[in-house]
Amino acid sequence: MEVPRHWRLKKQRYALVGEVCPHCEAKIFPPRDVCPECGGEAKTTFQFSGRGEVYSFTTIYNPPRGFEENVPYTVALVKLDEGPIVTAQLTDVDAEQVEIGMPVEMVTRRLRQDGDERGVIIYGYKFRPRSLAS
Amino acid sequence: MTEIIIAGIGQTDVGEHWGRSLRDLAVEAILQALDDAGGLRPQMLVVGNMLAPLLSNQSHLGALLADYAGLNGIEAYTVEAADASGAAALRQAWIAVRSGFVDAALAVGVEKATDRIGADLELALATLTDSDYELEQGLTPAAQAALLARRYLHDFQLPRESLGVFPQLAHAHAVDNPHAMFRRAISAELYARAATTQAPLNVFDGAPFADGAAAVLLTRADLLPANFPHPRVAIRGSATVTDALALHDRPDPLDFRAARLSAQKALTQAGYNHIEEMDFFEYSDTYSIYAALSLEAVGAAPRGGAPQRASTGAFNRDGRLPCATLGGLKARGHAGGATGLYQAVEAALQLRGQAGPAQLASARRGLIQSLGGPASVAITHLLERLT
Ligand SMILES: [Zn+2]
Repeated sequence: MEVPRHWRLKKQRYALVGEVCPHCEAKIFPPRDVCPECGGEAKTTFQFSGRGEVYSFTTIYNPPRGFEENVPYTVALVKLDEGPIVTAQLTDVDAEQVEIGMPVEMVTRRLRQDGDERGVIIYGYKFRPRSLAS
Repeated sequence: MTEIIIAGIGQTDVGEHWGRSLRDLAVEAILQALDDAGGLRPQMLVVGNMLAPLLSNQSHLGALLADYAGLNGIEAYTVEAADASGAAALRQAWIAVRSGFVDAALAVGVEKATDRIGADLELALATLTDSDYELEQGLTPAAQAALLARRYLHDFQLPRESLGVFPQLAHAHAVDNPHAMFRRAISAELYARAATTQAPLNVFDGAPFADGAAAVLLTRADLLPANFPHPRVAIRGSATVTDALALHDRPDPLDFRAARLSAQKALTQAGYNHIEEMDFFEYSDTYSIYAALSLEAVGAAPRGGAPQRASTGAFNRDGRLPCATLGGLKARGHAGGATGLYQAVEAALQLRGQAGPAQLASARRGLIQSLGGPASVAITHLLERLT
């Protein structure tokens, strides 16, 4: 059971909350409190827009334990408009229609069910094609 | 300069050793290395292992393997750096001997890969990614390689088949390695027809994760026995460089920065400037795309140009910079935490002139580079035969 870990990560996971460095303005995701650009302390919360584009992608048929029911699923590196890249599943799109450069936006979806009898469902960010946005 | 000599080497066959345990494999490699060194005894054992706690329900390999190898009492523990764990063990042994605190140190790498299969194996391997931000999205190491390969082919406008040159090279070289897992050459046609496993990669683009163990005994040149039977091969450069663990935390994921910097450091330590001064380069072709990115990182090919250069034969055993001379990870097999030590053993064989039908015509010095994950760490050693 990993409930504390999922609780700890929920702000990042549900809402793509990262940090901005007060010294060099770098936008940081995942949050880490030490700026990867300048090494300064960076604890200022920053809300990402959730918009970006596909840097690369691949569809997974041989999943790790815990993701069997999701197969096949497509994981992408998404380059956010603010700069950082995130690893995330794509949703609401056929794998054949995904391409590099495709505009996407964040949505919160079920990632998987924690693998034990208490059946905790893990939610987190995924990305969908931006053209579906209203 | 105090020369640190590879006094003894040992390796098991790489493969699916259903009937053999982790300790069996490690002990076989250790005893070979001790025998090869002609009676030198180590005061220290450094174990390189990647996933034994998850795959074999076994931690604390130092005490276990020292005892089973007849070395009960000596200093012993594990170092872990993902796929580069064996290279990390070699480096720790080198540091220990180089510092003078230890006269002789043994590095052994071992992995028992085939006791878990399917989703359990994928989960164990995926713990090598950033668990909170990569694994939690369902990413696996194979998928990391696929993400890099797709972007690479896109950026440099290369056909999907262009990466096939690396597994073809590896398989052709492994034909002459009796310890290799796959000793059969593959044709371009066979590669092109192979089943896609993790698009755009096919079954030949990934090294087989397999069982194996390899060991190297290090000592100072002045401590070698008078009747030492082999040409003396020294480790003259040793460098570890880390990068962000997660692919998404790098400004340019196609730049294997750790590979570039660790190679530069190792070359500089030994008094060299460029990879072209080496007689061979043992890279980490964990995936074909990693071979390409490694060659480009160390300066053996321009960015986007490694497949083309490989297709000219430049990295064949009779080429300008032979690579994967005994089959690399792809065809010798990727025995997890043992892989970095297989590279060291193979390089020592080449430099001693003991590589049999795989022997390079000219082998005075070579670079071996072990990557953990997609170059989240790169550990590079420069080996040279002393005159
Ligand atoms: Zn900063």
